[in-house]
Amino acid sequence: MLKNRIIPCLDVKNGRVVKGINFVDLQDAGDPVEQAKIYSDGGADEICFLDITASNENRDTIYEVVEKTSKKCFVPLTVGGGVRSIDDINKLLNCGADKVSINTAAVQNSKVIEDSSRKFGSQCIVVAIDAKRKDDGWEIFTHGGRNPTGINAIEFASKMENCGAGELLVTSMDKDGTQSGYDIELMQKISSIVNIPVIASGGVGTLDHLVDGIKSGASAVLAASIFHYGTYSVNEAKQYLASKDIPVRI
Amino acid sequence: MRVTIVDYKSGNISSVINSFNEVARDKVNIEVTSDLNKIKSSDKVVLPGQGSFKGCIDGLNSINGLIDTLNEFVLDNKKPLLGICVGLQMFADVGYEEVETKGLGWISGKVSKIDNQNGKYKLPHIGWNQVNIIKESKIFKNIENNSHMYFVHSYEFVPKDKTVTAATTDYSSNIVCAVEKENIFGTQFHPEKSDKTGLKIINNFISI
Repeated sequence: MLKNRIIPCLDVKNGRVVKGINFVDLQDAGDPVEQAKIYSDGGADEICFLDITASNENRDTIYEVVEKTSKKCFVPLTVGGGVRSIDDINKLLNCGADKVSINTAAVQNSKVIEDSSRKFGSQCIVVAIDAKRKDDGWEIFTHGGRNPTGINAIEFASKMENCGAGELLVTSMDKDGTQSGYDIELMQKISSIVNIPVIASGGVGTLDHLVDGIKSGASAVLAASIFHYGTYSVNEAKQYLASKDIPVRI
Repeated sequence: MRVTIVDYKSGNISSVINSFNEVARDKVNIEVTSDLNKIKSSDKVVLPGQGSFKGCIDGLNSINGLIDTLNEFVLDNKKPLLGICVGLQMFADVGYEEVETKGLGWISGKVSKIDNQNGKYKLPHIGWNQVNIIKESKIFKNIENNSHMYFVHSYEFVPKDKTVTAATTDYSSNIVCAVEKENIFGTQFHPEKSDKTGLKIINNFISI
């Protein structure tokens, strides 16, 4: 039976983890490679890096991070943040990323998704959707949640599936950072309308939130803070899900 | 010993290279090449494959003489080859992704889309699934039955002769996820992304 995935996400800036696990025994708490290794040894089903490097001159730092991590971690590695072109995707894959997550570029030009999924295969193209409630639906935002687009999130999800996306990483901007749980209605709507896997993101504060995320129809749950701050380990999360009869890899 | 990973510009093979280097350390020489002479003279060959069946076959065909060299390596010299993902699928006679495409024909059968049962099963089949080992295979030495492996695919290999099947996985139906026919080995899952158990499978192949 296919297991539901738990994906810890690390925010990386200028090649360093800015929001990471605060373990005292870490030799270098800012080293993304070391943190990724802790997660994969702890049973993470995938690792996600979100590159939040703002300046262009430091953009290349992520490539080195990915290259080093992929030599130490033998679980799938997804990298997102600032991915604009086929060339960016190619570089990340060549460095050892297994999947690339694309947000702004997918909204601005859906051809990037069509072309990249044809060139590299759907399996490595993840479209990241940042959505915020508006009226009786959800609107998507680009540029790390800064720019409204007027585009309906549910329609966009469906369009991205048709363009060849292999997975959708859906983040609720209303919930992100609140630790009050995923936007379950959003996850349900998108999971039920597309036939590709959905990764739920944004808002996890407790292990029950992960359970709710899976029950909403998502195939995987992504979380940052609860793992970063050591509230729970990945293994504890998995044991909890298993105790609630949710199939996970242990 | 020399193990060659065939580089035919079809998808992302850096994870395959990293995992083989991790397992091989200094014991085995891992080479990544499309050089026909190097492939001929190696002891074992790894055939990775990502993207579509047609894309991968086109990739093989784009290197003059590569398919002949692989045929000779596998069929005449009977040396061990491991196909991964679409690498395994290409063993078939024919694939039906995008358009009907002729495969390598090493193991008789076809590659067709997984039945998603009207949307009940999401495709691609992405994530960790258990393998049901149904025959003793050299690559499953010391691998526990029902171990988890990482999968990413929408198409499945359906061999004519069921005795080549080494393992299946349950997704919509019992999908063939590992084959062994004499010197030909293949996994539908990605051992290079399947953590410690996956590395063990790679080690088993290197140790044949």
